[in-house]
Amino acid sequence: MSKWYDDFQVLKDIDLSVAFGERIVICGPSGSGKSTLIRCLNHLEEHQKGSITVNDISLSPGMKNPEKVRREVGMVFQSFNLFPHLTILENCMLPQQRALKRTKAEAREIGMRFLERVKIPEQSDKYPRQLSGGQQQRVAIARALCMEPKIMLFDEPTSALDPEMVSEVLDTMIELAESGMTMLCVTHEMGFARKVADRVIFMDAGKIVESSDPEAFFSNPQHPRTKEFLGQIL
Amino acid sequence: MTELLNSLFGPFYGNMIGLLLSATQWTIYLSLAAFIGGGLLGLMLTVLKISPLKPLRWFATAYIWLFQSIPLLMLLFLLGLGIPVFFQIDVPAWLAAGTALTLFTSAYMSEVWRGALESIPQGQWEAGKAVGLTFIQNLWWIIAPQALRIATPSTVGFMIQVIKGTSMAYIIDYNDLMRWGKKIANSQLDGAEPFIVFPIVALIYFCLCFPLSLWSKHLEKKMVLT
Ligand SMILES: Nc1ncnc2c1ncn2[C@@H]1O[C@H](COP(=O)(O)OP(=O)(O)OP(=O)(O)O)[C@@H](O)[C@H]1O
Ligand SMILES: [Mg+2]
Repeated sequence: MSKWYDDFQVLKDIDLSVAFGERIVICGPSGSGKSTLIRCLNHLEEHQKGSITVNDISLSPGMKNPEKVRREVGMVFQSFNLFPHLTILENCMLPQQRALKRTKAEAREIGMRFLERVKIPEQSDKYPRQLSGGQQQRVAIARALCMEPKIMLFDEPTSALDPEMVSEVLDTMIELAESGMTMLCVTHEMGFARKVADRVIFMDAGKIVESSDPEAFFSNPQHPRTKEFLGQIL
Repeated sequence: MTELLNSLFGPFYGNMIGLLLSATQWTIYLSLAAFIGGGLLGLMLTVLKISPLKPLRWFATAYIWLFQSIPLLMLLFLLGLGIPVFFQIDVPAWLAAGTALTLFTSAYMSEVWRGALESIPQGQWEAGKAVGLTFIQNLWWIIAPQALRIATPSTVGFMIQVIKGTSMAYIIDYNDLMRWGKKIANSQLDGAEPFIVFPIVALIYFCLCFPLSLWSKHLEKKMVLT
């Protein structure tokens, strides 16, 4: 698959298949196209060449019902993007009620269940601005999980957080990984990658230059760019 | 009412103020008509302006351009005097005034609302999309409620402009507060000189606008706090 912004090719012949239950960490220098890649998977961005298939739904430029695929793919953003005019619980309920047509009672019950899972049920009546960054990001994870997606995408979920809040979000993600969720995480948290990833993908200038299991990735990187990158962040 | 005014201000001024107050109702009706008509039309324009279809956006842009660039007075002349003569038809003053103010209001309101919509961070649209909302659901449940809060103070503030704008409708013989004020001031009666009548008229406009001004300020403050 390839993607351009006008004349600029952001993604170059990306060839990637992800198995059900697989956990993938994507890393690489800034501007290498990591965000763009995962945003193509729920059609927040369109690709121009090649094909993307997600859960047997084939994505195409200008496709009619991108909502269909988005209901099966949860996404967590760097900047949380909670809905500020809704309470924590309403943040979790509204998408269920509107996109999945669940009843209010159902949505509430499922919302509470996932807020418990990310360990903040007691905050359910507060508004996002009353929560810390780490708590907000956990709510964002719960909101996505309420849709009971088959795949979860994370775009640098911890890089907007104060250092002391990183681990609470990572713990939530580790727990999710252990429950068998299919995950694609753009992150530079190499501890997380070591612990849960089945595969680490390194991107540079719009290409996947290296893709291997974490053990090999960290101990024996093949590509000079990967070595350089690991040298910088480790 | 008349008796109360007479006992408060004496028969002469009581009568005058009574006339002005009853003319004020036409100012209020015209303001409401402009506000409701202009609000609905403005809402439609706002939706056109952010719609994914280019021709619709162009149409809205052209419309807003046009009616923001024509002075209200000109619109009143065109609709109240120009069209009747050109097409040899009879256009009642209230219709011409109502239409002119509706066009004027809709162009301005849609700009205010579009600005509010655009001030909502892109991340909110994306979060809505990512949880599977359609464009319309996203607009209705996520973006519009946030934009509404931002736009309310300036919307209320613009109501003041509309009320003041209605005072120009006297030019096409719409019988509002302004026209009656002018009539009385021109009556040559002792005690009804312009320097007495117009301050009274101004005071009545003030009483209409000032509460809105306070309300708008209050909403603004509330918005900063939340
Ligand atoms: N909407 C856009 N229009 C034009 N160019 C864009 C757009 N979005 C991203 N780009 C460019 O595409 C390239 C890849 O961007 P992307 O955000 O995917 O990188 P990234 O790997 O996620 O980087 P970071 O680590 O900084 O988040 C960058 O060079 C960026 O400038
Ligand atoms: Mg990025």
